[in-house]
Amino acid sequence: MRLLRIQRLTKRFGGLLALDRVSFDVERGKIVSLIGPNGAGKTTLFNCVTGVVRPETGSIRFGPESGETLEGCAPHQIAQFGIARTFQNIRLFSNLSVLENVLVGTYVRTKSGLLEALLPWGSGAHQEERWALDRCSRLLEQLDLISFANRLASALSYGQQRRLELARALASAPELVLLDEPAAGLTFQERQELMEFLQELKKQGLTILLIEHDMKVVMPISDWVVVLDYGAKIAEGPPKAVREDPRVIEAYLGSRSNG
Amino acid sequence: MKKTAIFLLLFLIPFLDPNSYHIEILATAALYALLALGLNIIVGFAGLLHLGYAAFFAIGAYTYALLNLRLGCPFWLGLPLGMGVAGVGGVLLGLPAVRVRGDYLAIVTLGFGEIVRIVVTNLEPWTGGPNGLLGIAHPVLGGFNFGVDSRPYYWLLLVLVGGIAWVCARLRRSRIGLAWAALREDELAARTLGINGTRLKLLALGLGGGIAGLAGAVFAAKQGTITPDSFDFILSVMILAMVILGGLGSVRGVILGAVVLSVLPELLQGFSTYRMLLFGIGMIGLMRLRPQGLLGISQIRRELQRAAS
Amino acid sequence: MTPGDFFFQQLLNGLTIGSIYALIALGYTMVYGIIQLINFAHGEIFMVGAYLGLAAILLIGKVHPGLNPTAGLLLTLLAAAVGGGFLGLVIERVAYRPLRQGPKLSVLITAIGVSFFLQNAVMLVFGAQDRYVPPLLQVHRWQIGSVTVTLMQVIILAVSIGLMAGLQRIVYRTGLGRAMRATAQDPLAARLMGISVDRVIAATFCIGSALAGVGGVLFGLTYSTINFHDGYLIGLKAFTAAVLGGIGNIPGAMLGGLLLGFLEAFGAAYLSTQWKNVVAFTVLVLVLLLRPRGLLGERVAERA
Repeated sequence: MRLLRIQRLTKRFGGLLALDRVSFDVERGKIVSLIGPNGAGKTTLFNCVTGVVRPETGSIRFGPESGETLEGCAPHQIAQFGIARTFQNIRLFSNLSVLENVLVGTYVRTKSGLLEALLPWGSGAHQEERWALDRCSRLLEQLDLISFANRLASALSYGQQRRLELARALASAPELVLLDEPAAGLTFQERQELMEFLQELKKQGLTILLIEHDMKVVMPISDWVVVLDYGAKIAEGPPKAVREDPRVIEAYLGSRSNG
Repeated sequence: MKKTAIFLLLFLIPFLDPNSYHIEILATAALYALLALGLNIIVGFAGLLHLGYAAFFAIGAYTYALLNLRLGCPFWLGLPLGMGVAGVGGVLLGLPAVRVRGDYLAIVTLGFGEIVRIVVTNLEPWTGGPNGLLGIAHPVLGGFNFGVDSRPYYWLLLVLVGGIAWVCARLRRSRIGLAWAALREDELAARTLGINGTRLKLLALGLGGGIAGLAGAVFAAKQGTITPDSFDFILSVMILAMVILGGLGSVRGVILGAVVLSVLPELLQGFSTYRMLLFGIGMIGLMRLRPQGLLGISQIRRELQRAAS
Repeated sequence: MTPGDFFFQQLLNGLTIGSIYALIALGYTMVYGIIQLINFAHGEIFMVGAYLGLAAILLIGKVHPGLNPTAGLLLTLLAAAVGGGFLGLVIERVAYRPLRQGPKLSVLITAIGVSFFLQNAVMLVFGAQDRYVPPLLQVHRWQIGSVTVTLMQVIILAVSIGLMAGLQRIVYRTGLGRAMRATAQDPLAARLMGISVDRVIAATFCIGSALAGVGGVLFGLTYSTINFHDGYLIGLKAFTAAVLGGIGNIPGAMLGGLLLGFLEAFGAAYLSTQWKNVVAFTVLVLVLLLRPRGLLGERVAERA
């Protein structure tokens, strides 16, 4: 079943064509990887899907059947539909604690407003808070961050910060999560753990769209791979087929070698 | 428990110290504390640098003054109305302003602050122009007229500061407070997590503006006379200085900052003409010693430790 | 006076005050361009410059009453420029440099502290009342039709244009200017290339403050009275001018100053004097909302 459908997506920055009529589908419950040399438009595509930048033309549909129209929606609305993301250059709330960072993730799944904040006897807000705290502690435990819950996010190591950003995205209980180079800068050990964790998430029914350079991460866990080069899609298919596609080999070996 | 004790002690001061000059200083400090608490919601919680906060104080003061002088509206009705009008003002002036970022927001709000003051000065038939409005009624509570004595105003302001401080502390710990903190830290990341930045910023501006309006209505009722001079840029800057000096975002800190910056010039009274000079040096010295404010980072750390234990 | 002459008279008035705004705006824009700091004490440097000019005029009158007026004017301008520049250096060293790594807002507070200090220091020395600035040169007027041009207006224009041209030369033709532009682009990289970033920032404050000092003298000579409160409003307007032109952009500050001068002159003449200041601030707000980077500011991508 289709969860995300991108059709003829085009985005221009001045004279640069960052995305050139890109189309592909993401099936529900699959891990789809987006690969391509630097500057191929991968992050721009993420930015279009999450409403950070507006595409010139093309459509993005999310959900079963025709689904929600995402292009033209604000980032917070898209988050409410059930899409969460991480950033290539980690963007944590550095002066908030680790726990607070994850709690911000639950914002879309909670409702208490001004009144609930001020009424000490409102039990609805209290229950909601319990639920959010439970959810966050579980996530922190799964990602091996629970012992740092009260540290400032900026005090974490690089690998821990990557995991925290993932925990924060998952706290919003998304249907689709977009991960922008989650393995970048991780140690070999951390990469193995990340891959296991992503497969675990897939088992739980989550759909993952992934940008990743490391083929040792992409090939074993992806169900489907989409290749971008200079803003255009040059190939897509199962990992094995894509790896043998001559256009892909040329795009990679022609411009730069990549592990 | 400790807070209640401090509050009671502060409440009793007028009985312990009959010097009306001291009480007047304390009442002024409490008024500033109220303003600092309101601005702290905008600057400390939501991270919006606002340089025209005095405008909301003016809106509250003129709202009560005009309602009272034109329609005979009593203070206790004028108080919430002043708060409401200033709150709406905060949202309306914020609608265009939240579209710009960072330093630019500071400048837009500065511009709005000046525009409000000049409009008030020039709308003579309504506002009395530069001469202001005279004969605004003092509050009357159960037949007791507050009059010109500082004490009842001090008590009223103390209650308001206590109440607003409680509201602020709860807000900060709430879901909304966390969302403000997220926006302050990284707006883009916050938005992609489902936080409607525009709405939350307007909420902060509305609440902060409303609190300034509340303070303005009390000010108008206390003085009996208001002129546009009372609401100039220097006031906006002073309130901001209180918030930053006390420690952005810290409820106790900004109250402390307001008290220090309003009492310090009085303590320097002995130096007569040199006092504002020394005050200026003091502000530079304090910032060099504690750039994060009096109750800045250290308090955050303490709270984290408490949460951890 | 025909409507056409009236228009030209206002144009001339706007040009005069606008040049003074531009001189002060340059200091705001240079400092912002290099370290993204709004120097809120800059208006007070302008005010101190005006008083330094007054002191120089009084001193010249006492020590050397028969001095050639042109030499007197040059000496006065020089005194204010040197005094202003020195003041800028001291302020940067005492109030800004120690906090450069700290929270951005704490610098705002030290700037306010500096403003309080300077205002009150001037008030203690020169008194709280308006001070009369005696004219250095004989009042000289030319009539062109019914438009009046004063010698002072000509001098203001000449001095402003001269200084702006000089500044442009410094920024684009000298090693210091290159170092300034490099620091503005990327302080860390500039440091790695062997540029003493601290010295460059100090020089920027010094030059901007010297220009403000000169602006103060010209202001005093034009309006004949000065007050220790003048720094606030004029400073705010000069700041508006810098934003209008695109803060951080040197030609922008000049353009913004002149535009603001014109707008105010025409606003006062065709609408009403009372609303003059509303004109200035309304323009400021509108520019920021419609074109946040100012008229000549580069369009920087809104989101990183």
